[in-house]
Amino acid sequence: MPTQHGGKIRVLPGFKLTLGYTLLYLSLIVVIPLAATFAKSTELSWAQFSHTISSPQAMAAYRLSFGASFFAAVINALFGSIVAWVLVRYEFSGKRFMDALVDLPFALPTAVAGITLATLYAPNGWIGRWLAPLGIQVSYTRLGIFVALTFIGLPFVVRTVQPVLADMDPEIEEAAASLGANRWQTIWRIVLPALSPALLTGFALAFARALGEYGSVVFISSNIPMKTQIVPLLIMSELDSFEYAKATALAVVMLVVSFALLLTINLLQWWSNRHNATEFA
Amino acid sequence: MTDEEKINAPRRMTEPPFMRRLLIFTALAFIGLFLVIPLVSVFAEAFRQGVGYYFHTLRDPYTVNAIELTLIAAGISVPLNCLFGVCAAWTIAKFDFPGKSILLTLIDLPFSISPVISGLIYVLVFGAQGWFGPWLLPHHIHIIFAVPGIVLATIFVTFPFVARELIPLMQAQGRTEEEAARVLGASGWQTFWRVTLPNIKWGLLYGVILCNARAMGEFGAVSVVSGHIQGKTNTIPLHVQILYEGNDFTGAFAVASLLTFLALVTLVLKSWIEFKHVGIGGIFPLPIVSNRDKQT
Repeated sequence: MPTQHGGKIRVLPGFKLTLGYTLLYLSLIVVIPLAATFAKSTELSWAQFSHTISSPQAMAAYRLSFGASFFAAVINALFGSIVAWVLVRYEFSGKRFMDALVDLPFALPTAVAGITLATLYAPNGWIGRWLAPLGIQVSYTRLGIFVALTFIGLPFVVRTVQPVLADMDPEIEEAAASLGANRWQTIWRIVLPALSPALLTGFALAFARALGEYGSVVFISSNIPMKTQIVPLLIMSELDSFEYAKATALAVVMLVVSFALLLTINLLQWWSNRHNATEFA
Repeated sequence: MTDEEKINAPRRMTEPPFMRRLLIFTALAFIGLFLVIPLVSVFAEAFRQGVGYYFHTLRDPYTVNAIELTLIAAGISVPLNCLFGVCAAWTIAKFDFPGKSILLTLIDLPFSISPVISGLIYVLVFGAQGWFGPWLLPHHIHIIFAVPGIVLATIFVTFPFVARELIPLMQAQGRTEEEAARVLGASGWQTFWRVTLPNIKWGLLYGVILCNARAMGEFGAVSVVSGHIQGKTNTIPLHVQILYEGNDFTGAFAVASLLTFLALVTLVLKSWIEFKHVGIGGIFPLPIVSNRDKQT
């Protein structure tokens, strides 16, 4: 029955039970194990910690991880916007199929994506055999890592830009056109600025996803330290040689980067919604 | 845009036909290269040595064992995360309390953490060198390199799926229907079963489908805690890796085709729910806070 709480009448039951269970489950599964990771990293002295996270192998891994993830996200931002535009604005056969297929990288386990891409882009694979005569090797090189990261980040930009584009009021474009703007000016000055927060959010999501990716890259990369080893693979190789403290130190660096990206994405999303609320309300 | 509108649309409101064709072609080429070709090639590679070898691989005891373990891991983690999702959504959508946005961010957290780290954190808690390791070992409780570790890692990576599907949905639906049911004399449980659940069932199903797909396909996190013991701690994705690294490529793709089939079923169900129930969806890692801002 309705309970009195802090002067306000609460009609619905179960607040304490559900909040309690939510906090308990969240603590057991997420908060405590994450805290353990930060605690474990304090077992290293500051000198050891900084030595581990700034070793040449780690620096090379950061450069590769950030570089490959960045370029993969750029390609996804470019082509993802085109895919979103085409899906919202045009009619063509196979559109529904294409729309559903965009989410494939979410639904397909990363290990399957990894072996498939590695096989396709191997020198005797369906795609690799056309690239091999040109002297382009994809599988087992950095280019392969970039291909895998592009694959797994593909849905993000499409799915963030698509709804914003669909909600966009055609009257704004009509106004621009009637005031004498040509199509290019309308897109460049009116449509693109309105899409940019969503586009940036999609970019950041694709980048964040690529940074942590392991399953698909492990198959398509040759995992050579300093050359084709991304950070998650470096952490894995430290674990395989029972260097738990080193693995933890690297994990802490990646966790801090993840948190920073999560914060950025939250801010971008908030900005995106404000932007759309004020421009298209 | 309807056909009529399209005909009447002034020239400056749309792109020239050749530009339209170029954009459609670019999109199709991109999707074809990155999605269609890989999808087709999984099945082509799986049947490379004939149907006989395909079913031979699938009937192999190690494969059967991997399938069983994957079903166990998903069978435990999906219901648990489902229960959590409903509780979290109820408490967040139906009540006001301070710290809500922090709670939302924490629920989102597992999405932004690398799978390798998702596995590592449990090694640091339950592993031989971890917090509880020295206590677990003499009691013969094995969590890491055993089935419980696999289940835990699976729970972690699929943690937000149901919650983040239900929270925006229940926030949008508000509290009035439940409050009316209560005022008319329904008990708490009656309100939940008869009012809330029918309202959220499609969103719940949507979340469960995505949660299940990830639970059955998770590789990185499970790989860290598994120990890769064939016949004991191998899930389907890990079995794919073992076959692939043992140069049994056709076998690896045969097992991978099961997961690909699961992915296709997931996509079909997902599209179907989105088509039938507009408003459900918005698959993923977009911060939930947004929905509240949207309404204001």
